Amino acid sequence: MSDAHLSVPAAARVRRLEQAVIDAGLATDEELDAILETFLGRARPLNGARLIARAWVDPEFRRRLLDDPSGPLSELGLPSLGPNQSLRVLENTESVHNVVVCTLCSCYPVGLLGPSPSWYKSDAYRARVVREPRAVLAEFGLEVGAEVDLRVWDASAELRYLVLSCRPTDTEGLSEEELASLVTRAGMIGTAAV
Amino acid sequence: MADRAHFGVTERVRCLPQIGDHHHRAPGYVQGQVGEVVSVYPARPLPDAVVASGGRDMPAVPFYGVRFLARDLFGEGQHSVTVDLWETYLEKSG
Repeated sequence: MSDAHLSVPAAARVRRLEQAVIDAGLATDEELDAILETFLGRARPLNGARLIARAWVDPEFRRRLLDDPSGPLSELGLPSLGPNQSLRVLENTESVHNVVVCTLCSCYPVGLLGPSPSWYKSDAYRARVVREPRAVLAEFGLEVGAEVDLRVWDASAELRYLVLSCRPTDTEGLSEEELASLVTRAGMIGTAAV
Repeated sequence: MADRAHFGVTERVRCLPQIGDHHHRAPGYVQGQVGEVVSVYPARPLPDAVVASGGRDMPAVPFYGVRFLARDLFGEGQHSVTVDLWETYLEKSG
C-alpha cells in the first residue's frame, strides 16, 4: 500500500473503488452488497470455534474436517468460502504445532475467523514467523519446545488454513457450546494454544 | 493432460530460482530452494495466467504443498515452512 491515500478515510477509499467497479460495468451496487453480506456480514471467530469444538467432541466429524472441510462447514451452517478458495484444517497434537502466515499478503479464512488482527497483516509478523517462529510465538506467550515439530504454513489466496488446537485438559464436563467459547482467533491461527 | 500432477508425495522438488517480476505466488524465500512434496491438491488455474488474462478462466495446473526445512532456507532454525506452489514454479530435484 502506498502512503498517498492514508489521509483519506478507509470507507471513502473503499467507496471510490466500488464506484470504479460499478462504472466499469463489472458489478452492480446490489451485487457488491450481497457479496459483502456473504463474506463479511456473518464473518466472526465463533464460526471457526464451532468447528473446533465439534471436532473435539465428535471423532468422526474431526476426521472429515481434516480430510475435506467443505461438508462440515455446510453441516454447521457456516459461511462458505469465497470463489476459487479452499480451506485446509491443520491438526495440532502433543508433538506437532502449526502456525499460519501469509507472506505474500494477508490471506486467511475471514468467514471463519472474522477480520484479521492487525498484527497478522504486519510486515514484522509476516517476515519473522517464517524465519524464527519459536521466538515470535514466545512473544505471544506460547512456548513451543524444541522437541515439538513446528510447522509454519504460508497461505495463499487460493488455499487458506485453520489450526485445530488440542482440547484443553479438564474440560470433560463442558458442553460443545462452552468448549467453543474457549477457542480464540489466535488459537485458530496458531499463535495461542487454544 | 496438462493438469495431471507430475510430482508425488515425498518427492524432492526445486522452486525455480527466478520466477520473475510479474504477479505470481512463489514467495522470494523459496525461489531456488529444494523442498519435499507433502500434498498433491486438485489442479487449479495459475494465478499468474489468470491475472495476465484479465481474470478469465484459465487451464488448471497441478498444485502442491511443498515443505521446506528452515535450515535449508535460512541456514538455521528447527522448523519447517510449507508453501503452496503450482507445478509451473517447480522442477524435479536430484
